[in-house]
Amino acid sequence: MTQAPSSTQAPTATFKSLKCKECGEEYELKAAHVCEFCFGPLEVTYDYSLLKQITSRDTIQAGPASIWRYRSFLPVASDDPIDVGTGMTPLLQSHRLARRLGLKHLYIKNDAVNMPTLSFKDRVVSVALTRARELGFSTVSCASTGNLANSTAAIAARAGLDCCVFIPADLEAGKVLGTLIYSPTVIAVEGNYDQVNRLCSEVANTHGWGFVNINLRPYYSEGSKTLGYEVAEQLGWELPDHIVAPLASGSLFTKIYKGFQEFIQVGLVDEKPVRFSGAQADGCSPIAEAYRENRDFISPVKPNTIAKSIAIGNPADGIYAVDIARKTNGTIESVSDAEIIAGMKLLAETEGIFTETAGGTTVAVLQKLVEAGKIDPEEKTVIYITGNGLKTQEAVQGYIGEPLTIDAKLDSFERALERSHTLDRLEWQPVLV
Amino acid sequence: MAVKVLIPTPLQKLTHDQATVECDGNNVSELLESLEQSCPGIKARLCDDKGELRRFVNFYVNNEDIRFLEGTKTPLQSGDEVSIIPAIAGG
Repeated sequence: MTQAPSSTQAPTATFKSLKCKECGEEYELKAAHVCEFCFGPLEVTYDYSLLKQITSRDTIQAGPASIWRYRSFLPVASDDPIDVGTGMTPLLQSHRLARRLGLKHLYIKNDAVNMPTLSFKDRVVSVALTRARELGFSTVSCASTGNLANSTAAIAARAGLDCCVFIPADLEAGKVLGTLIYSPTVIAVEGNYDQVNRLCSEVANTHGWGFVNINLRPYYSEGSKTLGYEVAEQLGWELPDHIVAPLASGSLFTKIYKGFQEFIQVGLVDEKPVRFSGAQADGCSPIAEAYRENRDFISPVKPNTIAKSIAIGNPADGIYAVDIARKTNGTIESVSDAEIIAGMKLLAETEGIFTETAGGTTVAVLQKLVEAGKIDPEEKTVIYITGNGLKTQEAVQGYIGEPLTIDAKLDSFERALERSHTLDRLEWQPVLV
Repeated sequence: MAVKVLIPTPLQKLTHDQATVECDGNNVSELLESLEQSCPGIKARLCDDKGELRRFVNFYVNNEDIRFLEGTKTPLQSGDEVSIIPAIAGG
């Protein structure tokens, strides 16, 4: 007696090959990230006609409340991907920040509360480690500015994979602690992120480990597409008019774009132009500089900014981010560290979201674009908040006032309240001594 | 004079699976020629039609990106270590 096919059988694999983004050379679906012929980055390709046949709004909505509702758009073959509940974070319509900036249709995609480690990195790592397991790796690793280390260590723990992460030695304490708790091996390298990355390339060559952002990068980076899919679904299967996202390596930005394009291609949303604008910190703005100077190459820089999570001086996908900003009539801007802190405070005060420095950068750039008249108030604009402020408390320490310490007496409270009202009226700001 | 060149995995087919190659050259440009002599075909992988380094190739001399030094004119001395690294996504 033959068994009837059931819904638990292995799902159809929709991804076909790795293809060089520069020269088009194709490779089998192995752990590789660079074209052997031109050094260009490799990208996963899909069978879109098959995707169109097997996916619909209904099949997606019937899926789990995580990124795995989009499993057929992701480069994994397993029917039991590592699902730690990542994704499907809130898309909030902004009222108070929107009013402050004079925008009518502003939305906030809030990955500051993404699971399990409070940044968008859980999306890419869930995909990378699922694929790592399929490819037979037992040790996973990464070079990280902090968020990726948190995520890789946590999800590796859940999946029972050995883990070794590399970070720059000067990272924020919260990000180091938030990695160590999962008991991976943590290597703190004396140097900046780009130097960590370079070392990891050499380790990846020799140790046979799955580095999520090196030899697993084509799979890993596809996880960011879910930030595009979710926004489209949460807007009622419609694309926004404009998105603003932070730029570190540029990968996230290009994958949100790819996500939107794929949804158009398989008919899940109507085609429409979406403007893509990117945000960098002045202290590390090689992509913004290439955009401003109309260059088709990136000149690397040495980072010097509080926005450490996006401080990549040699951004691998920078040039593709510039291309997308140009062709979608968006822009790329950078802001100072002071503006980044102001952006973090503004988002917290108006929307109740405590984001890290990357989110402050995005909000500050949004504000700058509004002030420069580069955002139409009628545009449906989505900003991507990709990380949580509790991890980078040093950044705002000393800029956010202090508690009013009092005796446990009613008159002490009344005096303190009076004082706080006076301070509000004076728009008092604490002064660092 | 000898300079040690670290070869990344995607290029090791051209170096008979060797991860390091000893080369000569007074600067990075000359080193590229020397590398081509010992591993024919490797220069075309690293440089475009005009002979410029491809935009996704990063060259380091003793841990410093040559774009912070003098590019392909960066001088080399015996005992220097050169690494060739593909661009990497962020983290």
